[in-house]
Amino acid sequence: MYTFSNKLKTFSFVLMLLGAIGVGYGFMTSHLSFEEVEHLLAEESHHGGGHGEEAAHAAPTHDAHAVADSHDNHGDTAHAEVDEHKEHVEHVQHQIANRPWSALYVAAFFFMMIALGVLAFYAIQIASQAGWSPVLFRVMEGITAYMLPGALIVLAIAVASGTIGHYNIFIWMDPEVVAHDKLIAGKTGWLNIGGFVIRGLIFIGGWYAYRHFSRKFSIAQDIAEDKSNFKKSFRISAAFLVFFIYTESMMSWDWIMSVDPHWFSTLFGWYVFASMFVSGITVIALITIYLKSRNYLEFVNENHLHDVAKFMFAFSIFWTYLWFSQFMLIWYSNIPEEVTYFVTRFQDYKLPFLGMVVMNFVFPILMLMNADYKRMPWFVVMAGLVILFGHYIDIFNMIMPATVGDRWFIGIPEISSILLFAGLFIFVVFSALTKAPLLVKGYPFRKESEEFHY
Amino acid sequence: MEASKVIHAIYTDDDILMSAVKKVKAQRFHIEEIYTPFPVHGLDKAMGLAPTRIAITAFIYGLIGLTVAVLMMNFIMIEDWPQNIGGKPSFSYIENMPAFVPIMFELTVFFAAHLMVITFYLRSRMWPFKNAENPDPRTTDDHFLMEIAVDGNEKELESLLAETGAVEINLVDKAH
Repeated sequence: MYTFSNKLKTFSFVLMLLGAIGVGYGFMTSHLSFEEVEHLLAEESHHGGGHGEEAAHAAPTHDAHAVADSHDNHGDTAHAEVDEHKEHVEHVQHQIANRPWSALYVAAFFFMMIALGVLAFYAIQIASQAGWSPVLFRVMEGITAYMLPGALIVLAIAVASGTIGHYNIFIWMDPEVVAHDKLIAGKTGWLNIGGFVIRGLIFIGGWYAYRHFSRKFSIAQDIAEDKSNFKKSFRISAAFLVFFIYTESMMSWDWIMSVDPHWFSTLFGWYVFASMFVSGITVIALITIYLKSRNYLEFVNENHLHDVAKFMFAFSIFWTYLWFSQFMLIWYSNIPEEVTYFVTRFQDYKLPFLGMVVMNFVFPILMLMNADYKRMPWFVVMAGLVILFGHYIDIFNMIMPATVGDRWFIGIPEISSILLFAGLFIFVVFSALTKAPLLVKGYPFRKESEEFHY
Repeated sequence: MEASKVIHAIYTDDDILMSAVKKVKAQRFHIEEIYTPFPVHGLDKAMGLAPTRIAITAFIYGLIGLTVAVLMMNFIMIEDWPQNIGGKPSFSYIENMPAFVPIMFELTVFFAAHLMVITFYLRSRMWPFKNAENPDPRTTDDHFLMEIAVDGNEKELESLLAETGAVEINLVDKAH
């Protein structure tokens, strides 16, 4: 049995407290009045650092000139310029207000997707009757304990941003926007808050049902005399994987793609899946290495680590394959209605956008290619931390350009949101680990797994 | 050249072969070669063979393939004749890079795979019309053969091999 060390518990509480303070600070400092934003913009252009203003100016200027041209006969160009200025300031004001919401949402989604990725990995291990991984099942079950609270928090933040907040993440929640936007109006059959909540609850309910029953059967199998629990968990794992691949895809449209309601991509669901899968596997490796270093997993050896690291390596490449396929198809055909997605990311997010490819692809492919390196815990930890950070940036790149645009920064709101959810994640996961022995006793492949060597 | 003698010990089971290899190694006899009909897991470790470096060569070949792809397309598409083909930016390599990635990838894999296979053939001396170096045709079906050099100690060696469960022990003259 694992005992949650007091040190780690205190550490998780400190993270949550620091995170909560930072998030609160983020919300308090993001509600600027019209005059404050006006002042801020004037100051930025004064210092010559107003790249944001120039870029943001470009769009309204174009519209305003069109208006001005058509009204040229009446000679009210000055009037149009006042409108343009007001629009610009309001635009920036909204972006600044969005930042703490998006920071919270990105971090919440990131930790939720780790737990969900592990849940899918766990189901695959059972459905494929893998012989190497059963010694890691309890670690995986511990991580998936975060899935339910994590997913509910994501859904709650999403809904709250549209009900409590001022449509800070999803603009399609704003009836004002929908009324003036034919494209979004055409999608209201899918994109409406009622449907969003119901779909979200169905996804979470289905995932949690699998999590609940597979955990129950896994514990029951420990003392069972026959294999009936194993057979049941095998069957529900197969069923869950079918359910998962549909709901995961729809979840990615709802929770991520709809922040850009004018844009769509067909392989987006797979792309998000690859991101969650590789981060989930990485966290399995990190927690296994941690528990092993505390002598709780004497039955786990470097061969298991080697296999997990191989998955990290392979799915990093799989992620890159999907990322590049999505990017290259859109870049190549260059259709204006879909290429704007990457244009904004390339103009305003060059460093995170390209940096994440280095962290999620170049780094793992070079670090984890060598078989000997994959067996060294500290090496896997280093590579794992880079991969996790890279996938945080990946989610950051999906959400932020749509909500805060060029007003992004990884500052107090972002870092404290990560701390908040990291603390919660550690607390939930390690509490769940204390609730059952760390070795699946009666699982049919336990012995094979214990003696696994590569 | 002087004819040297070797002992051929024949086994019919890979587990017995493995334990025999360990015993022979423990007695510090030098195993020249082992012939098996299929890969015996762990045999190389028991014999103390050095690990293969073919993966390292494959990595280097892959890098060569990548370099070839980059240099080739940089010359053809950017330097030699930078045409406007469907509006693709051919001003610099990096600007048009995404369009070259499929070729860069395929050539990396192509070079890595083929050159590694050729390296394998060369290092293990395999080619068409090569004479088979098989001391006993049964080793291609269901027998395992261990070849040990003899240096005037055949009696001692024969009794050791008989102990390890060899079904047949032959002293063979081998002209080097």
